[in-house]
Amino acid sequence: MATAAAPHTARGQAYGTQDTAAETAGDTAAYQRAFDAAVAADERIEPRDWMPDAYRATLVRQIAQHAHSEIIGMQPEANWITRAPSLRRKAILMAKVQDEAGHGLYLYSAAETLGTSRDELLDKLHAGRQKYSSIFNYPTLTWADVGAIGWLVDGAAITNQVPLCRCSYGPYARAMVRICKEESFHQRQGYELLLALSRGTPEQHAMAQDAVNRWWWPSLMMFGPPDDESQHSAQSMAWKIKRHSNDELRQRFVDICVPQAESLGLTLPDPDLRWNEERGHYDFGPIDWTEFWEVLKGNGPCNEQRLNQRRRAHEEGAWVREAAAAYAAKHTGEREEARA
Amino acid sequence: MTTSTVPTTAALALGDDALVLSHRLGEWAGHAPVLEEEVALANIALDLLGQARVLLSMVGDEDELAYLREERAFRNLQLVEQPNGDFAHTIARQLYFSTYQHLLYDRLAAGDGPFAGLAAKAVKEVAYHRDHAEQWTLRLGDGTEESRRRMQRACDALWRFTGEMFRPVDGLDVDAPALDAAWRKSVGEVLRRATLTVPEGPRTGAWSAGAGREGLHTEPFGRMLAEMQHLHRSHPGASW
Repeated sequence: MATAAAPHTARGQAYGTQDTAAETAGDTAAYQRAFDAAVAADERIEPRDWMPDAYRATLVRQIAQHAHSEIIGMQPEANWITRAPSLRRKAILMAKVQDEAGHGLYLYSAAETLGTSRDELLDKLHAGRQKYSSIFNYPTLTWADVGAIGWLVDGAAITNQVPLCRCSYGPYARAMVRICKEESFHQRQGYELLLALSRGTPEQHAMAQDAVNRWWWPSLMMFGPPDDESQHSAQSMAWKIKRHSNDELRQRFVDICVPQAESLGLTLPDPDLRWNEERGHYDFGPIDWTEFWEVLKGNGPCNEQRLNQRRRAHEEGAWVREAAAAYAAKHTGEREEARA
Repeated sequence: MTTSTVPTTAALALGDDALVLSHRLGEWAGHAPVLEEEVALANIALDLLGQARVLLSMVGDEDELAYLREERAFRNLQLVEQPNGDFAHTIARQLYFSTYQHLLYDRLAAGDGPFAGLAAKAVKEVAYHRDHAEQWTLRLGDGTEESRRRMQRACDALWRFTGEMFRPVDGLDVDAPALDAAWRKSVGEVLRRATLTVPEGPRTGAWSAGAGREGLHTEPFGRMLAEMQHLHRSHPGASW
């Protein structure tokens, strides 16, 4: 909040004079200094504060991508709602998919504080101009995949997102606090689902193992490219949007998962996975970055299907949104009268 | 499975209604016209699933009842098993059913029968479902030309399934004709406010009305059950 003081004053004066020339190079430099000082002091940047254009653009890109991931991410799990094998599991899964829609809503709101709109962002998603997490381009082939997504995918998301609760941009950080609480609940449910399968019949155990085999590597890819190939990392860390590097977070995730896999009674599909006493971490095998880049480019197993379903829902819903808008336009006056 | 205190037929009828409609609403996940409706439809589906679990558990094991009965043993209304269709179709089904369920639970909650406890809790949820359906009926009916046309078509198409709700159910202590009158009044008012015409066709055809409660269903229902039950049935005796 303290960041606000200097830029607000300067900006207020600029508006007050109604003289665009007041936005001189000197003022911009002053805003930039105030911004840098605020970030250095771990203060939160708020929507009305001055911020560098590139900082704004990076946040819009990242928050939009995050929001899109929540809503595209509903699809692989919703794929199993109608086939959930018990009513308890069905209720848990429905609640989870509903939470994801809610997370999408928080995140679009956070992005809107940066001067964009949900409609604009959705258009970009549908046009393929903004991305969503590559993990959701993998198919859910068995019921156990629902558990593997909860344990591994939500687990990786939490590892990524907990540091975002301290991100320099206030609205994003606050959205993440709420989202992380629900995500960790989902993650425990996913783990518990896999545990039930792992301790169930031999067929159920095999189903769980197969799902973990298929989701392990894509989950490690969720942390993004290796540090030396990550184009946005250095700047994002300087701005304190990011707090840790991709590789650091990936290592943290592996270290957490190995003992959890052991207590699940499942193995992780990596022959190179072993404890390294010297580093105090688990070593793990090489990631297939060719696959990662292919999925990112749109050539994953479900890219087309996911985007098509999203576009179709949007297009087929157009008449509903138009009806709501037309109704609101007709009845706005009545509601105001009723209030008065 | 029958016990002396729980009216099995009635518990299955109400439980199956909630279970089947919840399933249909679950099919919307990821397909809704706007993000807020993803949340709302899932919310309603979850409430109904919660009610279904309580009601089925009064009769026996909820999963055995949901996953191991065949089509002919289900006692739900034909209305709730109707495919989602477009959003107007889903809303019309929801308006007809939520209005009925709300009026019914309101009466059950006021009594001291075996469903009073469940109804007292569920009536609050159902009031919200009814409001949601009414609000959308108004928006679609009194929205654009296209939305009015779609909403009218949906109301007309589902009308013939509405008589079944007011057939007496063994073990359900309500005045069905009074319930029907209240339902017609309420739905009629909402449709008129939405600038729609109250359908005039029969509500009690020779085949459709009363049939679901007897285990006679429409064709899409078998396919719905096949999808719902296949995984559970593929692993006999497994727990999940």
